[in-house]
Amino acid sequence: MCLAVPGRVLDIGEKDGTRMATVDFGGVVKEVCLEYLPDLQVGEYAIVHVGFALQRLDEESAKQTLELFAQLGMLQEEFGDPWERAAAEAGAGDGDWPFADDIAQQPHTGDAVQEAQQQ
Amino acid sequence: MKYIEEFQDPELARRLLDDIHATVTRPWALMEVCGGQTHTIIRHGIDQLLPEQVELIHGPGCPVCVTPLEVIDKALEIASRPGVIFCSFGDMLRVPGTGRDLFQVRSEGGDVRVVYSPLDALRIAQQNPAREVVFFGIGFETTAPPNAMTVHQAKKLGIPNFSLLVSHVRVPPAIEAIMTSPSCRVQAFLAAGHVCSVMGMGEYPELAARHRVPIVVTGFEPLDILEGVRRAVRQLERGEHTVDNAYARAVRPEGNPAALAMLEDVFEVTDRAWRGIGVIPASGWRLSARYRDYDAEHRFSVTGIATQEPAECRSGEVLQGLIKPHECEAFGTTCTPRTPLGATMVSSEGACAAYYLYRRLDLAPARTAPLEASPVV
Ligand code: SF4
Repeated sequence: MCLAVPGRVLDIGEKDGTRMATVDFGGVVKEVCLEYLPDLQVGEYAIVHVGFALQRLDEESAKQTLELFAQLGMLQEEFGDPWERAAAEAGAGDGDWPFADDIAQQPHTGDAVQEAQQQ
Repeated sequence: MKYIEEFQDPELARRLLDDIHATVTRPWALMEVCGGQTHTIIRHGIDQLLPEQVELIHGPGCPVCVTPLEVIDKALEIASRPGVIFCSFGDMLRVPGTGRDLFQVRSEGGDVRVVYSPLDALRIAQQNPAREVVFFGIGFETTAPPNAMTVHQAKKLGIPNFSLLVSHVRVPPAIEAIMTSPSCRVQAFLAAGHVCSVMGMGEYPELAARHRVPIVVTGFEPLDILEGVRRAVRQLERGEHTVDNAYARAVRPEGNPAALAMLEDVFEVTDRAWRGIGVIPASGWRLSARYRDYDAEHRFSVTGIATQEPAECRSGEVLQGLIKPHECEAFGTTCTPRTPLGATMVSSEGACAAYYLYRRLDLAPARTAPLEASPVV
C-alpha cells in the first residue's frame, strides 16, 4: 500500500467537479485524481499513490522505476488480486475467491501486469 | 559482493559501494525509516554489501505494522455489523486483531471490500445509499492526503453514508521519540522519500540540529538506498548533521502545497498509539471538528474498545530498531506469514516479513527450532 508507482497521464477529464486522469502504469491503466498536481498535463509522468498523483517525475526516472518494479514483481503486488494473496498467505483453498464485486480487481487492460513484467 | 549483478546499474552500484567503503573509518548505525526501504535493503542484500562498520537499523515506517491492535479490533467490529460495507487497502486483510482478521470477517459474511483508492470507497457509498460505507484510513503522510481529499469530497457532494476509520501517523514525532529513547543507537536517518514528496523537508532541519543527527531524504530503489547511505556516512565521518535531499527527482523542499493545505483543512494533529511502541505525542492525525461527522469511531460508537497485544510478539522492539526480527523467539516458529503474531510479519512492508521472505534460509543454521517447511511467497 505504501508503494507509490510512477505512471504516465493518458487523458484528463472531470468527475464530480474533481480533476481526474487515466494513468498508465506500465500497462495497467487506472483512474487517478489530479487535485494535488493540478498542472499535470497529458504525456507527463507523476508518482501516484492510492489513486492520487503526488509529485511530478521526469520520464527517464519514471521508466526506470517502472521497469524495476516490473522485474521485482512489485506491480503485481500493488495491482494484483489482494484476496488471492491473502488466501494464499492464509493457506485457504480455492473457492472463497475471487469476489466479483471488488473494485480492486475489476478488469484492467488484459494481462497488463504480466506483460509489463515480461518486457 | 554476491548480489550486485542484480542491481539495475551494477556499475554505478559498485562505484557507490566503493565510495562508502573508502569513506568509513568507524562504526556507524543508520536507521532507514520507511518499510519499503527495509524491503529493498533485505531483498537486495544491501546490508551485506555495506562495510561491516555500517549497520542499518530498521525503522518504524510501515503503516500496516504500526496500526494499533485496538484500531484493528474496531475495524473488525465495524466490518461485522449488518448493513456496513467495509473498505480497505488489501494489506490490511490479514493483519491480526484479537483472534481474527478482516479476511475472516469476510468469510463469515461481512461485506469487506478491497479498494485501490479511497475514492473507490466513496463511489461505493454513492452507489449504495442504503448502506453505511466505511473506509479504513491508515498510513503515513503519503496516504493521509488522499484520505483527506476523500472526506472533503464526501462533505462537498453531501454523501451522508460515508465515514473514515482514521489511524494516520506522522514520521517526525516518531524520529523524535526514537532519538529521545535511552536505548537509542541511531546516528543518522535515511528519511522516507515519499513522505517528503508530500510534506517537504520543513520539519527536519530543527530535528537534525537538536539531535545532531544527519537526515538524508532517500528513495527506496536499491541505488537510492546506496546513495542515501553514502551521503549519511560522509556527514557522519565529517561530524556534520544537516538535512540532505538524495531524492530530488521526487522531493521538493516545500513538498506538495495543495496536499498540505488539504491536510490542514481536514485533519488535526493528535497523540497516537503505535502498535508495539505505545503513545507518541502529536504523532498522528484525526478528523478536525468540521469533519467529525465523518468519523467512523463516533458513528459506530467503538471508541471504548481497548485490547492487549500478544506478549510474545516483540514487534515494538523491532519497530524501534532495538532487535532484528530473527532475534525474536517466535520468528519462523510460532510466527510466520501464515500464522502471524504481529503485523510486522504480515505486512508487505514489515521487517519480520522481509527477513522471513528473503533471509530466512540464511538464518536457519543459527536457529535450533525447526522452521516451517514451505516458504510463502
Ligand atoms: S517475528 Fe512475529 S512475534 Fe516476533 S516480533 Fe516479528 S511479528 Fe512479532
